[in-house]
Amino acid sequence: MIRVLDAGPLTTVQDGGRAGQLRYGIPPSGPVDRRAFVIANRLAGNDGGAAGLECTVMGPRFEMQAACAIAVTGADMPVTVNGSEAPSWAAIDVKPGDVVKIGAARAGVRGYVAFAGGLDVPVVLGSRSTYIRGRLGGVEGRAVRRDDVLRLLPAAAPRRHAVMREARPDFSGDPELRVVLGPQADRFTDDGIAALLGGAYEMLPQSDRMGARLRGPKIAHARGHDIISDGIPLGGIQVPGDGQPIVLLVDRQSTGGYTKVATVCSFDIARIGQVKPGQRVRFRAIDVAEAHRLAREEAASLARAVEEKV
Amino acid sequence: MRVVPAGDLALSVEFAEEISVETNTRVRALEYLIQQKGVPGVVETVPGYRALLVYYDPSATSYDALCDALQPLAAQTESAALPPPRHIEIPCCYEDPELGFDLVKAAERLSLSPDEVVRLHTGFEYLVYFVGFVPGLPYMDLPERLTIKRLDTPRTKTPPGSVSIGGAQCCIYPLDSPGGFWVLGRTPLKLYDPGASEPVLLRSGDRVRYRAISRAEFDELAGSPARSGGEVKRD
Repeated sequence: MIRVLDAGPLTTVQDGGRAGQLRYGIPPSGPVDRRAFVIANRLAGNDGGAAGLECTVMGPRFEMQAACAIAVTGADMPVTVNGSEAPSWAAIDVKPGDVVKIGAARAGVRGYVAFAGGLDVPVVLGSRSTYIRGRLGGVEGRAVRRDDVLRLLPAAAPRRHAVMREARPDFSGDPELRVVLGPQADRFTDDGIAALLGGAYEMLPQSDRMGARLRGPKIAHARGHDIISDGIPLGGIQVPGDGQPIVLLVDRQSTGGYTKVATVCSFDIARIGQVKPGQRVRFRAIDVAEAHRLAREEAASLARAVEEKV
Repeated sequence: MRVVPAGDLALSVEFAEEISVETNTRVRALEYLIQQKGVPGVVETVPGYRALLVYYDPSATSYDALCDALQPLAAQTESAALPPPRHIEIPCCYEDPELGFDLVKAAERLSLSPDEVVRLHTGFEYLVYFVGFVPGLPYMDLPERLTIKRLDTPRTKTPPGSVSIGGAQCCIYPLDSPGGFWVLGRTPLKLYDPGASEPVLLRSGDRVRYRAISRAEFDELAGSPARSGGEVKRD
């Protein structure tokens, strides 16, 4: 078990996500930076989808009530155990009574904490992920708060830690995100598409797990900004009447009535989830075949990212 | 019909650009055919009014292979038989202006009496085109005579269960939400109940009728355990 001493501004339980519920209006949830989340779990000796914590901008402080391996990844947040510095992107052995503190992000936005075995909160509609707007999953459908006690599932057969084989990601710069144009690229002017692909877009502080709100060169519509409502894919770039893009993320509305100029590729969702307000992103268009090739490369790279130590 | 990519994990199959029962029936037929045939690589489908968003696993299929598999199914949607729909009765209290707070104004706008609005609203069988935007929100059609321009100034809060109309649509708010629709009444049923084993009451393809209830019956149903009133009838 762990006891939460300070929750941080927004800390939620997430696992691999809730599949198959979008047709009822329930989003998948799960971690925004899936790559960092999977690596944290592997470092802690879990399958990639075990339930852990996603923390935002600032991490939690908690007391361990059992011996356990944990791992912290994602945003560059300082980790201490009983006040002594501890590594991130690595397994840490903690024992009962240890106080783990995860500080403010120096780069990136979202940090992940995995625990050997994974957090034991009830499975709701096939997932432990928290969807706050729908009061679903996680701890009573809400963010983690002070004095919560989170149980752990039994860890898999004890094994030596895994180790990171890859360089840690650098979230300090302004990234280029790959997009596939559409589904409604034909509802925009050529200049509007050129603005999207040529300009830099600043991340706004109103961004959340539902969507990343951006500000930059206006993406002009050819014939109105409303469409007959349809499904919104992960990464869909919605452009309302003001011509400013919103990239829809894991807690997105399942359907909507605004034009979607393009869709951020699945393998770049993790990256946009680590862009701080004030940082900028650029978009580059690729075709679906190229996106699938890059997705395979990303999957292979993730499979290699962590190695078990024997 | 056309197919367009929606990133590397989804594609959209679009039918005629209109809101109509005919076009939406094709969307639902395609979703049903995909379920029946088990198209390789498809992981999830999301119906809208006139398009079906198809999520797929690119490690199990390719965009071209999936398009090739979906084209013949989309062609069958005009004649495909859908399973019989569920018929669901929604009790709704129109009489109390605290619950149906826009009924009188909507009636004025429509040049009808409030009683006539209720009669028209309860005398129609609605199709749930799809459920979306927030958990459990049904998008339904509307008797033509009740077609009404949306509110000029949207409300910032609409209580859950509010039965409302706007444009050529009827919807029920499952969560406390902003809203631009005219609220005619309120149902004590929970359209979305995160604690229930099936949190969402209505589904794409359901047929819905409203039954006018008194405030006393509303209070009684609202106080009873969720959905134990036997309002959901299956064929």
